[in-house]
Amino acid sequence: METFLQVITIFILAIFVGVEVISKVPPILHTPLMSGSNAISGITLVGALISAGMQATTLTILLGTFAVALATINVVGGFLVTHRMLSKFKRKE
Amino acid sequence: MVGIQVAYVLASVLFILGLKGLSHPRTAVRGNLIGAIGMLIAVGATLLDRNIISFEYILIGTLVGSVIGALFALKVKMTAMPQMVALFNGFGGAASVLVAGAVLSESLVRGGDVGMQFLIATAASGLIGAVTFWGSLVAFGKLQGLITEKPVRYRGEQVVKVLVFLIALYGAFKTIQGRGNVEWYWVASGVGSVLGILLTIPIGGADMPIVIALLNAYSGMAAAATGFVLNNSILIISGALVGASGVFLTKIMCDAMNRSLPNVLFGGVGSVVETIKADDLYGGKVKATTPEEVAMILKMARRVVFVPGYGMAVARAQTPVRILTEAMEKDGIEVEFGIHPVAGRMPGHMNVLLAEENIPYDKLKEMDAINDTFAQTDVVIVIGANDVVNPLARESSGTPISGMPILNVDKARTVVVIKRSLAPGFAGIPNPLFAAENTLMLFDDAKKAMEDLVKAYREAA
Repeated sequence: METFLQVITIFILAIFVGVEVISKVPPILHTPLMSGSNAISGITLVGALISAGMQATTLTILLGTFAVALATINVVGGFLVTHRMLSKFKRKE
Repeated sequence: MVGIQVAYVLASVLFILGLKGLSHPRTAVRGNLIGAIGMLIAVGATLLDRNIISFEYILIGTLVGSVIGALFALKVKMTAMPQMVALFNGFGGAASVLVAGAVLSESLVRGGDVGMQFLIATAASGLIGAVTFWGSLVAFGKLQGLITEKPVRYRGEQVVKVLVFLIALYGAFKTIQGRGNVEWYWVASGVGSVLGILLTIPIGGADMPIVIALLNAYSGMAAAATGFVLNNSILIISGALVGASGVFLTKIMCDAMNRSLPNVLFGGVGSVVETIKADDLYGGKVKATTPEEVAMILKMARRVVFVPGYGMAVARAQTPVRILTEAMEKDGIEVEFGIHPVAGRMPGHMNVLLAEENIPYDKLKEMDAINDTFAQTDVVIVIGANDVVNPLARESSGTPISGMPILNVDKARTVVVIKRSLAPGFAGIPNPLFAAENTLMLFDDAKKAMEDLVKAYREAA
């Protein structure tokens, strides 16, 4: 119960931080915001690494490895594509 | 054990700073890099943790994923960005399903006590992750043109959706009974997959920005749920950040369409009876023009505003738009762009397309900023937009778009609308703007019309 209260506290506080930070993003950057936050949601990779590295049964290894691959696509692709997009936004020279 | 927690805190801080960087185009590139470094730290710390005893499969998984992800990201055209974002989003959701499934079966093999939090979070990861994955795939299919962009509606649709949702919940309930049931977990995820398809397939093209934002929120929630499975702080924090971002964008998109989220998800557009007859509205009042005539008007203008819509993206007319912009600016004409929040197929879509054409971002104005300037604007060129410039929206009721905030282009001295025909937009209603006293219609494909216009402008003295 104590850990649960701890993690739920973290969760709720993080939501508030998220809303606070994201409400400052101007509409012009909404697409990069989506793809960038999308890349962050690839954090599931951390969970995937844990389950792929547990070596419990063949099934968990298989599922974990597959999850690692999918989450890595999300992370690598997400950050790269966001970078590509953002580097196009320029000021008048 | 302490080391990894410190690393996770550091990564969380970097994620927040990274998102903060996105508050201005000047700092955005750096913000994204900071986020990527945060990810690197989180992943690195996890790999160093002693719980991980085997690396060969991890290596295979990350290699394959990195290559595929990088290829996608570097090859994709900017115009295909909405479907790319949808696809990546889906992969994150799928990963959550697999991780929670793997952890559940591992815990059943190992035995020992499992708490209620673990079981509920596992079921939630499976359900939300499956909805995210399949919903994103359908969105991808629609945006890529593999599935019809039209809303797919059928009799009893709402009943079917509610039933499938209840079955999914039942599956989740069976998953968490006792010490957990992995078979029921996969059933629940399977039903969640069906639900993901059912929720996305009825949604039409113009509502796509809302759906993409919503799926973004789901992917965050799925990651947070997986965090509750593993009691892992970094997953919970990142998931909450992304979830908040997705919900926030969804709300902005809904407000910009003056529609509630349930209305988008469960239908609404098209159900309003059409009260205005297009023939009565347009009959004898629509004035067609030529590129030459428009070029003459532009030559005399001091301020011109482009209002782009999805039609510009489809016709790939951005390049001639940029060429004409540069030509006009050389003649001392002030040129800006008025961008509606829901123009295009995802939040911010038009900005990305125009930025790729090297149009400086300080010319891309949001709706509230540009609306006051239309009265002092000589010419507005509406290119591939329709509902977002329909003055009927200002009327309080009677149309599907009533109350929707629009770009008040009709206040400008002259409005040039580039459009193939008088066909209605997504809302299915005629647009009085096309018949207005100060409106000229340039009937053609957006790209062809713009190229002709560039030519005519150069030839006009």
